[in-house]
Order: sequence, then C-alpha cells, then structure tokens
Amino acid sequence: MVADAPNGNDITRTGFDPGAEWFAALHEEPNGIDSLTLQTHTSETAAVAEICGGFDNDPHRMLDILRQVQERYCWISPQAMRVIADLTGLTPIAVEGVASFYSFLSLSLRGRVTIRLCDDIIDRFSGLGAITEAFETGLGIKVGGTSANGAFSLEFTPCIGLCDQAPAAMVGDVVLTALTPQKASRIAEALKAGQSPEDLVSQRFGDLSPHERAERMVENNIRHAGAVLLGPVAADAGLRNGLDLSPPQIIDTVEASGLRGCGGAGFTTGRKWRMAATEQAERRFVICNADEGEPGTFKDRVLLTERPHLLIEGMTIAARAVGASQGIVYLRGEYVYLRDHIEAVLADRRARGLLGKAILGADGFDFDIRLQMGAGAYICGEEGALISSCEGLPGEPKTRPPYPVTRGYLGFPTVVNNAETFCHAARILDRGARWFSAMGCQGSHGTKLFSVSGDCLNPGIYELPYGQTVQELLEMAGAEDAAAVLVGGPSGTMIGRDTFHRRLCFDDLATGGAVVVFSHRRNILEIVEYYMSFFVHESCGYCTPCRVGNVFLQKAIGKFRDGKANPGDIDYLRDLSSTIIETSRCGLGMTSPNPILSTLENFPLVYSAMVKPTRDRIRDTFDIQSAIDGARKLARRRSHIFDRDFTE
Amino acid sequence: MTAFRFTIDGVEIDAREGQTIMEAADEAGIYIPRLCDHEGLRHQGSCRVCTVKAGGRSVSACTQPAAAGQEVENETPHLGKLRRDLVEMLFHEGNHLCPICEASGNCELQAMAYRLDMTAPTKFPYLEPCRALDASHPDIALDRNRCISCGRCIRASQDVDGKGVFGYVGRGIHRHVGLSAEDLAGTDAKLADFAISPEVCPVGCIIRKRVGFATPIGEREFDKGLIGHEIEERRHE
Repeated sequence: MVADAPNGNDITRTGFDPGAEWFAALHEEPNGIDSLTLQTHTSETAAVAEICGGFDNDPHRMLDILRQVQERYCWISPQAMRVIADLTGLTPIAVEGVASFYSFLSLSLRGRVTIRLCDDIIDRFSGLGAITEAFETGLGIKVGGTSANGAFSLEFTPCIGLCDQAPAAMVGDVVLTALTPQKASRIAEALKAGQSPEDLVSQRFGDLSPHERAERMVENNIRHAGAVLLGPVAADAGLRNGLDLSPPQIIDTVEASGLRGCGGAGFTTGRKWRMAATEQAERRFVICNADEGEPGTFKDRVLLTERPHLLIEGMTIAARAVGASQGIVYLRGEYVYLRDHIEAVLADRRARGLLGKAILGADGFDFDIRLQMGAGAYICGEEGALISSCEGLPGEPKTRPPYPVTRGYLGFPTVVNNAETFCHAARILDRGARWFSAMGCQGSHGTKLFSVSGDCLNPGIYELPYGQTVQELLEMAGAEDAAAVLVGGPSGTMIGRDTFHRRLCFDDLATGGAVVVFSHRRNILEIVEYYMSFFVHESCGYCTPCRVGNVFLQKAIGKFRDGKANPGDIDYLRDLSSTIIETSRCGLGMTSPNPILSTLENFPLVYSAMVKPTRDRIRDTFDIQSAIDGARKLARRRSHIFDRDFTE
Repeated sequence: MTAFRFTIDGVEIDAREGQTIMEAADEAGIYIPRLCDHEGLRHQGSCRVCTVKAGGRSVSACTQPAAAGQEVENETPHLGKLRRDLVEMLFHEGNHLCPICEASGNCELQAMAYRLDMTAPTKFPYLEPCRALDASHPDIALDRNRCISCGRCIRASQDVDGKGVFGYVGRGIHRHVGLSAEDLAGTDAKLADFAISPEVCPVGCIIRKRVGFATPIGEREFDKGLIGHEIEERRHE
C-alpha cells in the first residue's frame, strides 16, 4: 500500500513554475495579514522604491535594482517585484523574467549569507565532496537548503574562476580558496558563531585597501610574465600617445598590430573599432567583457586584480578611437570580491583627470565608465547577451544582424571587447604596432594569457607568445602526467597525448585561454558529462536546439556512463550534435557539443568500450517501474510482478 | 525602397530592402516552414524551424535580411532533416498526445510533423514534464504541457493587445511562458484579445472554452492541405 499518494496539486507543481510560491503570496487576501506584516510591507515598499529611485527608476538598470533588493531582503519578493514594475513602467511578468533568469537572484527566501561552493570538475577532482559534507554538517543544512533561522543558504555554482586554487567557494561577497574539509568545518563554525564572511578573510578587513583584500583572498599565481601584459607596464603611456593621434590613426595602429579578440572568437580588433566608428550615430559605447565564465578560465581575474589601470586605459583609448563618451565594465557576479577594487580604480582615474570631462586636458575628450555587476549567468559572456544584461534584460543573445558595432547597447554602435584585448590595445599604443606584431606567429600576433589548471604542479597564469605548442606549455606547468588537455574550456577542444604538438594560435587551437589538464586517472566520460550538465544549466533557453538538444546530449552521455549505450548511440551523439551546432542561435549552442565531438574524435575507445548491442531490441533505458510510478501512486496499488516485497 | 533579386533553391525572387528572407519568400509564394513566426508579430527566431542556408551559412529565415544576389537553400534533404529534428525536439520536450488533443488537425506542430515527414519512430527521449493546468478563467484554459515556447502569445499580448498577460520566465530547459498573475483568471486576459485568438497559439495550449470540437476532426484546417499551402498557392496565381 502506498501511504502518501500525492494530491493533484503536488503533481501539477512538480518541476515547474518556480514563481508559483510568490504568486500565492502576491494574491493572499489582505485581511489575513496582521498589522506587523502590513508594516513590514510598507517599509519594504519604501525601501524598494528608494532602491529604484537610486537608479532613476530606469528599467535599463533592472539588474542593479534586483541585485540590491536581493542583497537587502535575501529574495525578490512579489511585493518588491510589483513595486519595481510600477516604478520602472514594466509589466510584473517582465520583472519576473529578469529575476528568474539569473542564478544569484532568488524568488524564494534565501539565507542572509549564501555559501556557493564551486562545483566545477576541477573542484570535484580536488575534493569537493568532502568539503560539501563538512559544510553540510557544520551548517546543519543540505546543498540547496536554507537554515531554519534564515542565516545561511548552501548552493553549488559553476566555475567561479579559481580553478588554480580549487576547491573554492563564495561566501557572501568574499571568496575562499584552497579549501580542505578542516578549513570548511572551521568556516562553518565561525559563521555560526556570528562572524561575517569578511571576518573570515581578515579581522581587520575594513582597514585593508580593496586591492589588499583581493590579494588576501586570492593568489594571482602568475607563473610566467610576458612582455606585453604582466611584465613592467608604463602607466598610461599608451593613452598619452593616443592623444597625439587622430581617432582613425589609433584604429590604424591597432589594426596594423594584428591584435585579435582574446575572448576566443578572435575577431580583428581594429576592424571592429573601425566598424563602430564609421557607423552614423549620436552616441557610441565601449563595453569591457569581464564576464569570464568559460570553465577553467581565470586570466581576466588576474588582469582585473593586477592591471586594472591598463584595462581602463585601453577602454579609454577605444573610446577616443570610436567616439564614445560612455563605457561599461561588465564584471561577472562571481568576481564581486573585485568590485570595490575596480570602483576605486575608476574613482582614482576620475580624480586624476584620466576619466571624465576633457581627459588629460584634451578638449572634447569626455569618457566615463560604470561598473555593471552580473548575477550568475555564463551566457552573458556572449556579447549580445552581455548587452541585454547591461540593458536590464534577461541575458539572452540578440538577433544578428544587426551586430553590436552597428546597433548594440540601447541601439547604439557598441564595441564589446574582452578585458585582455583592451589591455593589449593600451600596450600597442605605448610600444607600437610593429613591436606587438613581431611577437607570436602568422595570423596570431602578440602574447596570450593562458589559465592552466587541473592535474599539474604549477597551475596559474602563463603569458606566452602565440604559437607555442601545448607540450611546451605543459612542461612549464609541470604536467608530466597529462593524458588529456582541454584547450579553450568545454566550448573548445579536448586533445590527447598524440596531439600535444599542436600549437596555441588561431589557426590551430584557438582559445580564450583555458587550458585544463587531466591525468590518466580521470574518467573522460565523467568530465564530458559534467560539461554537458554545465551547458544545460547555462543555456538561456531561447532557441529550441540549445534548450532541448543539450538535455538530450546530457542524457545520452549518461547512458554511456551507465553502460546502457548501444553501438548506434555513437552515431546518435554525432548526429544530434551536428543539428544543435547547425541550428543554434548563438555561440553557446554552436559549441556546446564540443566536449562530446572532440572526445569522440580523440578518445574514441572511451566510447566504444562502453557500448554493447541491445538484447532483443528492448530499450535498455526504458524503466517500466518509473514509467508507471505516477499511475501506481494514483491507483494506490503496487505490482505483484515488480514489487518483490509485495504483501497484501 | 531598393528592389533586388535573390534566389531560393535556384528560383529567382523579388525582394525589397529591409525584408527578411522569409518575408520575401512568402510574397513570392515559397513556403519556409516556421513555428514561432506569425504574420503581424515581431520576428523572434527562436524555434529555428525556418533555418535555411544563405551563402552556405545556417540562418533563421524569419530574422535574416534578404540580400541581393544571395543564394538561399530551403527545401534540401539536409535542411529537412534538421527541421525534423527540431520539431521532434519540441514534441519530446512537452507532452503532445495528438489523439486526445483538441487542437488536432488545427495544430501547427502536428501539421509541421506531417509536412516534414516525421513518420518513423522518433529517437529522442521523452522529457515528460508535469505542468499545471489552468482552467481558472471563465472563457480560456491553459494546458502548458503542450506549450512549445514559441512566445507568439507573449508578443501578441504585449505588442498588439498592449497588455503583457504572458512573459518568459526562467532559464534553459526551465524557461517557460509565465503569467502576470497567479493564474489566468487573475490577469486581464479577454477572449477578444489577439493573444487568445485561435491563430496565435500554434498548438493546443491556449484553449477557448465551450467551442472545442465544434469543427469535427477531418474537417479541420490541416485536414484540407499541408501547412503552408496557402503561401504556396500564391506562386501559382
């Protein structure tokens, strides 16, 4: 006898409509609310209105508004959404559309401190399991839960850009690295004893400069400094040179240097700037993509920490080149610990006349930058999605064409470049195009930052000229045991030992900089399954192939891991992958099958070892038990055949 | 407006500056399969069923501007296969039980499956979602198990009705069409809304009460001809 047959309501709610809870609250009869609740509602209304007012009730600042409401109330309540909708002139459903899109915003009440354990595959291989257990025991809650007194929530989150010091976690707005179970227990105890996340970093956190705080929390791990970015850099020399050049001359210089976008796609930077500059428009924008979300990438973290002035200098040069007066640095939500540091750099530059009106005394050269925090969405690294996010929308890529250089942020021509690209541009203006293009190799000029992590002795940042072989990089990193290397993160290529001679450049292995090393002890299929679950989690859901197809790929890999795949499933993987790649709307779907395709290509035996022919044409994956489970519960009956322990 | 010509499957057709490939094709009487696109609504380019090859590249015909001299492929076996995969994905993402669905015969998803020869058993797993029915409204019911997230109701309500009854919420596979209230009765949705009209919802998700089966199965829209035949008939006029 099945005791707890769920009622109809429970069935219909399962796995759908995360907003149902707050809608119930929204439509609660007012006579059920006591005076205290009313008071709370009134004060919440006033506080939310004040937050909106701080952004001039501008719907384009929705993400900032929601972030502040989340920070203050630990959720986005129905009440808050209604107030925000009223004040910004949007429909409530549009506000919910944004609030429900980002992982760091919540439609249900979360704890005052959220602990987000980085759930990247590197963290898993570095002992995440034991650390999770330590936090769960220490805080008395499971992952996904919130403590009864509302103090803590515990969550998993994808790569937070600390693979070189995994396992890592975000605790509130600070990050903690190189965790051990002992450390995790101590952290949980300290938090329970009432210490703030900042106390965990330093008892005199408030006295430290933002840069000192960042250094206290995170190691830079610069293993090899190259000539362009991480070696000695003359402050603002590029910007000063840029003032002596006309905007077209700046663009010519950048184009002549051969600089290509460092985010992975490799579009020629000078050409991008020229396209934005020549477009007829009243306003133009320059946006820095510091939403470094590709698992295994953490180079921008180091640039933002150690070269923030160079980055802003590069943006300022770009602004002069294209005629922009406003810029945005889009910082991923996971790097919130760097927010004050970047804000301090911006303030310092304003104070020194390097940002603002008449920069360095040049009449008419006005440019300022605002910092836009993300809120936990990998897709926002895609430039259209990043612009959507800056506009206060869900981070969904935009229809192309038009391209951002013609119609980007708020419909105006917009240059979106990677943080590293801006830094390079500033150095090119300082040292000249020829100096830069002499480094690297044909078609890939200059240096590149590589973020090396995984099974190696020296994980960290390597600034190398383009064209080095993977083998050379592995030797520097002390990865003697490498059996598989993921170049460019999961949307890149996984190669095996026989192809470590391949070169790191646009014409061979193009990469945004992630180099993840796996030794022979690692299970390739486990890695692939993890990355597919990552893409399923991070797909925006806009287009069919990426939203649905990636779920099918993930399930198919699960079949292989369970030993339930048959020989035809290898073709199925290839076939489905190619449909997703060919029909997806943006780069996420066009690359999400890469973990599967590149391992099928380079590690075919891993797959063929796991397949076996189907017996009697029965689908091994069909589980009659689970298929009839719902009906069985409704009927309150159990099966004589399948339920071995059946008793009348 | 500048006029120019381009080809679809080798047939030369006229287009004007600013037209998408699909708009020009529709005028010329060439049907490009689509689900999320609907006349009178903003183009969205999300279902991807209208994927064509333009100069060898995959693009969605509903959003891609037509260009002079462009060579577009539409009805090739390869594109047919891609489109069939996409339609199968939509079938497997929701719960589409044609024999018990009121929309059967009027359903664009079903009709598209027929047009694209989705006749063999499908290979994808069923996701079998369990989504709440909403029969709260006096005149309208919602069965989101049949929703294909085309967003036509969202755009119709927002842009044509000026209301905002519907909107996307959530992300990834959890993204779905939400309501601006707890249930449909709590919204200002009316039977007279364009968003609620039978032509907007391509499947049996938005249901008008008390008119079900008024037209018997066998005499419904797609019982009379393949989906897209109205556009294709223009070509022979």
